[in-house]
Amino acid sequence: MKIRMFAAALLVAAISVPVLAQQEALTVVSWGGAYQDSVRKAFFEPFMKETGAKVIEEEFNGEIAKVRAMVETNNVTWDVVENDSMTTMAACAEGIVEKIDWAKLGLNRDEFISADASECVVPSILYATVVAYDTTKLKEPPTSITALFDLEKYPGKRGLQKSPFVNLEWALIADGVAAKDVYDVLSTPEGVDRAFAKLDSIKKDAIWWEAGAQPPQMLVDGQVVLTTAWNGRIYNAVEKDKKPFAILWDHQALDWQGWNVVTGAKNREAAYKFIAFAGRADRQADQTNYISYGPGNKNSIPNINPDILPHLPTNPENMKTGFIINAQFWADNLDTLRERFNVWVAQ
Amino acid sequence: MLKPPPYAMPVERLLFYAGWAFTALVLLFLVAPILAVIPLSFNAEPYFSYPMPGLSLQWYRDFFGNERWTGALMLSVRLAVTVTICATILGTMAALGLSRASLPFRSAVMGVLLLPMIVPVIIVAVAVFMAFAYFGLIGTFTGLALAHTALAAPFVVITVTSTLTGFDWNLHKAAQSLGATPFFAFRKVVLPLILPGVVAGAIFAFVISFDEVVVALFLASAEQRTLPKQMFSGIREMISPTITAAATIQVFFSICLLVGAELLRRRSERLRNVQPG
Amino acid sequence: MLQASRPAGVLQRQFAAAERRAHGRALILILPLFLFVLVTFAAPVVFLLTRAAYDPSIADTLPRTVASLARWDGKETPGEETYAALVADFRQVADKNTAAFIGKRLNYEISGVRSKVIASVRKSLSLTSPPYKEQMIAADKIWGERPIWAKIKQSGGALTDHYLLRSLDLERNVDNEIKRVPASQAIYLSVLWRTFYISALVTLITLLLAYPVALVLAHAPERIANILMIFVLVPFWTSLLVRTTAWFVLLQDNGPINETLQFLNLSDAPLKLIFSRFGTVTAMTHIQLPFTLLPIYGVMKGISPSYMRAARSLGGGPFYSFRRIYLPLTMPGIGAGCLLTFILCLGYYITPALVGGAGDQMVSGVIASALNQENNWGKASALSAILLVVTMALFFVYNRFIGIDKVRLG
Repeated sequence: MKIRMFAAALLVAAISVPVLAQQEALTVVSWGGAYQDSVRKAFFEPFMKETGAKVIEEEFNGEIAKVRAMVETNNVTWDVVENDSMTTMAACAEGIVEKIDWAKLGLNRDEFISADASECVVPSILYATVVAYDTTKLKEPPTSITALFDLEKYPGKRGLQKSPFVNLEWALIADGVAAKDVYDVLSTPEGVDRAFAKLDSIKKDAIWWEAGAQPPQMLVDGQVVLTTAWNGRIYNAVEKDKKPFAILWDHQALDWQGWNVVTGAKNREAAYKFIAFAGRADRQADQTNYISYGPGNKNSIPNINPDILPHLPTNPENMKTGFIINAQFWADNLDTLRERFNVWVAQ
Repeated sequence: MLKPPPYAMPVERLLFYAGWAFTALVLLFLVAPILAVIPLSFNAEPYFSYPMPGLSLQWYRDFFGNERWTGALMLSVRLAVTVTICATILGTMAALGLSRASLPFRSAVMGVLLLPMIVPVIIVAVAVFMAFAYFGLIGTFTGLALAHTALAAPFVVITVTSTLTGFDWNLHKAAQSLGATPFFAFRKVVLPLILPGVVAGAIFAFVISFDEVVVALFLASAEQRTLPKQMFSGIREMISPTITAAATIQVFFSICLLVGAELLRRRSERLRNVQPG
Repeated sequence: MLQASRPAGVLQRQFAAAERRAHGRALILILPLFLFVLVTFAAPVVFLLTRAAYDPSIADTLPRTVASLARWDGKETPGEETYAALVADFRQVADKNTAAFIGKRLNYEISGVRSKVIASVRKSLSLTSPPYKEQMIAADKIWGERPIWAKIKQSGGALTDHYLLRSLDLERNVDNEIKRVPASQAIYLSVLWRTFYISALVTLITLLLAYPVALVLAHAPERIANILMIFVLVPFWTSLLVRTTAWFVLLQDNGPINETLQFLNLSDAPLKLIFSRFGTVTAMTHIQLPFTLLPIYGVMKGISPSYMRAARSLGGGPFYSFRRIYLPLTMPGIGAGCLLTFILCLGYYITPALVGGAGDQMVSGVIASALNQENNWGKASALSAILLVVTMALFFVYNRFIGIDKVRLG
């Protein structure tokens, strides 16, 4: 009898040990590619070293449906998700991600750029959508965002993100609308028509990209003369792969993204520990060593390597005409505008 | 050797040779893409073009030196083996049951069992994604294995059923009447006859799971990168010619297995032909 | 006579009993897989289909408002009673933090209304005493207009036809009449049409390529035919993803095909092959060709050469004999091959996603993005339902006339 109980106990132990080990691991989800590498080096690896906790990393392309499915069915396997502004706001309103308890986190909310935009986020970075080009192929480097729409001076294919996001803003700016009025104009049906009419002029020369790794690749392959891109990906191609690319710092569209805690996360304590770690000024400064996005924590600026500073989208020198994307506008209008964009793009 | 029939008229002769030329072109069209990609995986330069400036194994080194690819390969093999075991057992049993031609609603039941073959895989993926969420099966090995088993089992049913056409259950009865237990009779009489079909079905089940990408894209998560899933994101993001190395490895795997399946099928056809009745 | 018939009756009963036992055993063997398919496959699909027409988000969140609107005549704005119900509902909504679901659902109906609804929920908390009508309209003027009320009334039931209608580019207007959506948003009919068009085109091309090849191979000496069949079977056995990868590589601007064309001076600049309709159709044709070819080949192998000999010896010319004798005999193979290819084409996802352009996406691709990007489960379900109904109808025809168990795997 004793032996049998002992055996049963062993069996239970054998089954439950891996389960326990699994529960201590924290699952953090970020955006893949060069960005995931920077997050791994600046946050995951030092966090694991410092605390001894295990981080399981996962990557996604913003498919919030997966998070929603987990929350709706009470089977939450992800703990921390990094979302862009629009997704954060929608997910926060729908209760898919939790409100952040800043006191528990031990961070000062005022130190973060755009932290007041949503109750559910600790901003991690500001990234910019920019226009990039190959310096060896363009005789005259572009100086204004209008170059994207200028087929006479810059003939050839151009890479554009397959989304209405940013494309519509730039179409209006290139059509003469001041950056500060863009969202007012886009809120009217005539404004939307005007933006699409401008996009029409370059539609036949457009190559659409969906993943962030595609634009630098299209420049490498010589498929496009100009392409829109996320600034960090271009910086990486220049720094790591020694590609002769340059970024046009004119009317770059800045957007924040940040850490969210998934509603009902199984490892909330660990999740808060991780976010507190990732929000630290020194850690955020370290991330800029691997990818050139502007840190969400304002206090990290002094710690940033001065060689990198000029490449950040938030650098004053680059910010002369840059604007911040209106996440509220996109949260409200994305469904409709995307439908219209998809109709337009397939025609 | 290759001549038109003796009664052919001149125009027919012309058509005959034109037919062969056409056939040669179509067969070339069928194999050329696959054959063209394999050499590119040995290209010394990271380009997808001929002529190749030199040969190198760097993309294979990249594949086997990168934990993402090797981990993906391991996971895919582990998953495919699990699926093969489950699908083969379930599929063989069902095929044995279905071999009774007099069974009421036989063709309807068959239709239901083979549905996963025909329903667009995106619907399976979306449906399973929504339903499995309730049972915490998203991002689990179990969830993937269950979905893949449902996709793979029909292939086992088909291969085993085809070895059972013309099978006479009286042989089983005869063995039993001579004193064999039903299980013993099954093992000694039925199993040897259907074994080629069972093994062929198992191979198909393995390949179905090993190659499946859509369900994996929706269901798999965390550390679950199957080989096809890894390839899909590799193509999407155009990382490197490592995808051609991965494709070559996959072609090699599938072809070896399926040549085995084909040989078994032919053997079983021969076996059936010598069977009396 | 009676005595004689008795043993016969017993025998009959015994026979029937034995037959029942055999059937019982057969059923026991079939049952595990049947249940497995039911649980892991059929039930999820049925569940998915219910999502296409079942959306209780408004009914659950605004029960009082919906009940009150049942008495609204639909002209102008409802009375104070409804506004009071709305405020009461909103308070509960704020409590449960479900405002976003109402906002999201109504945003499908009236674009841009999402944040206004969410803000109104917040504002309703500060309203202290009735009458609420003026105060709600002051909170946001949408509450003083007819559309929002008409839409809440329309979507107030647990069942809705919104998603299915939208999948066919239709919607209900404020007067509850079914109308076409504006042209700038009409997308799904063209996607459905494109799916059928590409599938039919691929089916036709595979038939034109497969028939002569099958004809040649079926009449070639056995040994040669068996060797040449390897050319058909090798691609058949290679995974769809690998073959799509192959085409993805071949069709690149600086890939082998363009390089060859330029080397031969057939074109100056690279042709646009990747991300195009041409690339999609070529890759799909390549992948589907064996599916069309194998059934035709199988049927042709079974046709005795004596039919054609007889036709010819009776004086039929080669074309006449072919058309009147041979072609009709191969029709079952053509039907089986083409139907299978068409059915499988309808569900293509990976190939158009990787080698197709923005204008080549088929229904499956749209379902995936409805779920992944738009997070709109109702729409994903409705489109799935349409695709499934069409596929099942064709599958039924296939199973009825050909038999799904006759599918050749090699």
